[in-house]
Amino acid sequence: MSVPILKQGDFLLASVQSALSDTDLLTLRDELVERVGRFRSTGVIIDVTPLDVMDSFATRNLRMIAHMTRLRGAETVIVGIQPEVAFSMVQLGLTLEGVATALDLEEGLELLKSKSATRFDYE
Amino acid sequence: MAQASVGEAMGTSDELRKELVEHFRKVREPLRIRWVELMTEKGLLPGLSTEEIETESLTIYDTCVNCLATGSYEDAEAYAARMASRGVLQSMSAEQILGGMLTLRDVYGRSLFERYRDDMSKLFLALDMYEPVANQILAIVALAFIQEREKVVRVQQEAIRELSTPVLPLRASGLLLLPIIGMIDSQRARQLTEQLLGGIREYRAKVVVLDITGVPVVDSKVANHLVQTVEASRLMGATVIVSGLSPEIAQTLVTIGVDLSRLTTVVDLEAGVEVADRLLGYRLNKLDLPSPAHIQSERRPE
Amino acid sequence: MSDEGLECVPVRDEADIVVARQRGRTLAEHAGFRGTDSTIIATVISELARNIVDYASRGELCYGLEQGSTSAIIIVARDSGPGIEDLATAMTDGYSTGGGLGLGLPGVRRLMDEFEIESSPGKGTVVWTRKVLRS
Repeated sequence: MSVPILKQGDFLLASVQSALSDTDLLTLRDELVERVGRFRSTGVIIDVTPLDVMDSFATRNLRMIAHMTRLRGAETVIVGIQPEVAFSMVQLGLTLEGVATALDLEEGLELLKSKSATRFDYE
Repeated sequence: MAQASVGEAMGTSDELRKELVEHFRKVREPLRIRWVELMTEKGLLPGLSTEEIETESLTIYDTCVNCLATGSYEDAEAYAARMASRGVLQSMSAEQILGGMLTLRDVYGRSLFERYRDDMSKLFLALDMYEPVANQILAIVALAFIQEREKVVRVQQEAIRELSTPVLPLRASGLLLLPIIGMIDSQRARQLTEQLLGGIREYRAKVVVLDITGVPVVDSKVANHLVQTVEASRLMGATVIVSGLSPEIAQTLVTIGVDLSRLTTVVDLEAGVEVADRLLGYRLNKLDLPSPAHIQSERRPE
Repeated sequence: MSDEGLECVPVRDEADIVVARQRGRTLAEHAGFRGTDSTIIATVISELARNIVDYASRGELCYGLEQGSTSAIIIVARDSGPGIEDLATAMTDGYSTGGGLGLGLPGVRRLMDEFEIESSPGKGTVVWTRKVLRS
């Protein structure tokens, strides 16, 4: 079961399903990196709202996605982490350091837009 | 009078028990009245009607004598449990409950002294039989009382906990205020965090001001709880500003090795709200008017 | 650490992690765990199962339920892998840094009410944890 990726202007939107296997996540990583390159996207939103567990593997790979897409010029925002999941993650020491986060899709888009605006100013 | 031998004493303990029980049953009315008299003198019975006093004192008296008679404390435990479930133990003071039982113990004891004053060795045997029973009954009542008290305390603590961690939305767009008063232990820290994370979702908060001015002890454990709360909030897209952490305490924590770099701290609540406003893109303009002063806020794009 | 009444799920590859997690969550919810606790249990199972896959290549995740005046869930992760040589470091709690050796064990210990671990080189690892249902 692969993760659907939508293109919205300069941004890519990926909505994860609740039964996200390790393979799904690795495939998502590769596909996002490829499309960011192909479309010259400046932003990626990964919506993890349905995820009921975020463990070390998921955390590691989300950070890797953020890192790799940044190398190709895109900012990644993880949105939709639920309160219970956030709590468990922090207890386990999984902090998604270095990766931008937002409450949901709407907030995530706003964040990307403001970041793009800033970047644009400096170009 | 010759002293009875130990063997003889042991052999007649059943007889002695029967004798004591018979004695207490015979003098029940005078002893009970004496007991009530003494309790009234000591002021242990306010708020109870005459009927209540009579019924309860009869029951307690009989229960104690039954324990002596049967050697089993089931009756006393059952009585204590009944008192607990009726809420009697919660509404009475320690003085009333324990004082009442101690007075009864004395009344029984004096009665034995009176009865056997001409036979010291028999008196001692009687006391040897009676005292452990009286003490055990006292312990049962005291324990039941303490357990009820602890129940009340727990309920109150829970209520205080709920009252003292309100999550307050400030302004229409995305500022949450969380003033914390009182000690933070692990359980409270967790409850606090859950409440805050729920609040972030419900109010779509982007900035939280967590004020710990009212937290008396901030040690490394508390600091770590705060760090975890901040990090969990960040995962939901909210920035947390911790206000009310005094510079001295912050310095102490850093000195003992706590990593506060993950926290954004300000001196007090006001400063916290100011920083939050800036983060959210608000600026407060104070207009100079004769009176009263007006405060106007307008949204400025960053 | 006896096994009576424990139900076990074999763990060999990453697909088993999902199975173990879902089975554990179902049992936890059956026992009455909700919300954050249910997520915590699922996360702990995921981490323990992942350790087995990453370091031991095969093992099992076992579950038990205690029901009565207090309910609790028992989660045991067992493997016959290489074992942990330096248990002390593995259990060092670095709070936000995820603990020693990246095994997430200090985090698991923090999330559960009771935690015991037996491991030595060549003898494999057993992690025993328990969480009580809060009313």
